[in-house]
Amino acid sequence: MKNSLNRMYGLYLRHFFLIRNSFPRVMDLIYWPTIQITLWGFISKFFSMYSDYYNNTVGVILTCAILYDFLFRSSISFNMLFLEEIYSRNFTNLFIAPMKISEIITSLILTAFLRTMIGLVPAIILTTPLFGISILNLGIPLFFLFLSLYIFGMTLGLFVSSGLLRFGPAFENIAWSTMFLLAPLGCIYYPIEILPDILQTVAKGLPLVHIFEEARHILVEGTVDYKNILNAFYLNFIYFFLGVLLFYYSFNQARKKGSLINVGE
Amino acid sequence: MINPIEVKNIYKNYSDKNAVNGINFSVSDNEIVGLLGPNGCGKTTTIAIMLGLLRASSGQVFIKGKDIEKNRIELLHKMNFISPYIELPKKLTVKENLIVYARLYNVNKLSDRIDYLVETLNLKNFINQKTGELSSGQKNRVSLAKSLINTPSILLLDEPTASLDPDTGDFVRSFLEKYIKENTVSILLASHNMNEVKRLCSNVLMMKNGKIIDEGTPNQLLKKHGQDNLEEVFLKLSRNEK
Repeated sequence: MKNSLNRMYGLYLRHFFLIRNSFPRVMDLIYWPTIQITLWGFISKFFSMYSDYYNNTVGVILTCAILYDFLFRSSISFNMLFLEEIYSRNFTNLFIAPMKISEIITSLILTAFLRTMIGLVPAIILTTPLFGISILNLGIPLFFLFLSLYIFGMTLGLFVSSGLLRFGPAFENIAWSTMFLLAPLGCIYYPIEILPDILQTVAKGLPLVHIFEEARHILVEGTVDYKNILNAFYLNFIYFFLGVLLFYYSFNQARKKGSLINVGE
Repeated sequence: MINPIEVKNIYKNYSDKNAVNGINFSVSDNEIVGLLGPNGCGKTTTIAIMLGLLRASSGQVFIKGKDIEKNRIELLHKMNFISPYIELPKKLTVKENLIVYARLYNVNKLSDRIDYLVETLNLKNFINQKTGELSSGQKNRVSLAKSLINTPSILLLDEPTASLDPDTGDFVRSFLEKYIKENTVSILLASHNMNEVKRLCSNVLMMKNGKIIDEGTPNQLLKKHGQDNLEEVFLKLSRNEK
């Protein structure tokens, strides 16, 4: 157990050193969430003034934007940790180190959290002085919503990293586009009823819908419906389990096809 | 007695080619075996199979008597690898890279081991410099330090002196000679530098088209093929042998 923690800490350090050594890298992590949330802050303000649905519920869109950005950043963070190894041609070194796949996954999940929070915390802090809104208004359920989003972010990261393992850097574009593909079905900024019937059925199979429906429910109605939160968790665990299985499968396929050798730019 | 490295009847077939065709060899303790052959002859594939990076279509690799396929993680603790085609993270300093890899390999007394490697491989002057800012020779020494971080008893070297100036190349070769005298280690050296192979290796495997087409000590090969140097043996075998 101690040895396992030591190895995972080693992989964490690899990325911690990378971030610590580069001020532009830290700025890049902070820049995009701040821009995104500031933009949605103004849009939110406009809607709250002119929309019946959002009347007197200042911050619904902004809160959802923050939650979505948390998901986006966590997923991208996981992918970036993997891509960094490819960019630096360190991929082979990583896979000849005596690390179990479970240790690599665990370490990347924990390191991605650090990366996500570096980007998002300053942006969240800014919302109060700029727009008079605090995401903490969601109360204790906020923790469950964040946790649920983080699990889904990691799941997407696992799916994309599996592709990178199997197909190499050519899969990179998919890494960037996954979140945009799911966003329309996630019902982030609008209720699920907006979607056509057939897409509603598909959307209900994603944890995102339940998470964002609940966030809006808490902010608009002022009550918590734990059924939504539980549904999101059930779905999350299924997808996460599938993501882990796919990662193991891709690793085995990569060993068979030879795609772990000399992976580089 | 079991040899630390035993490669038994390894095949690696892809849909469009057979990269390795029934290779057998072994490396004993404190021996350096050279792996020679033209580009694409299967040297890197063989090394990748030995490291567990690639799964053989058939055959087995035994490291310290254990099958790499069934004991990959356990055996990787005892092995390490260096190649000019893989690098260490460029944005990390030399020291940070060594700390990271010492942790990944669960090195005991991490600081002592790093201090020893810094001293032995003359890394002191650039220990706090980013790895990407170093010269090829300096990077090579850092990669060598990384490959020795876990005091491996099995060391796989893929062209360890490629693109180095003669002085740095000689430093690496001298270091390896000294290292093998002071440690119990089995080394497989893939190289295109025939003088290096003649100087370091007690046994040489000549590969072509995924097969070992000849083997022996450097002197045996020279005598057998009636040539003055290994380069001529290499050219003769790679051009003529079907």
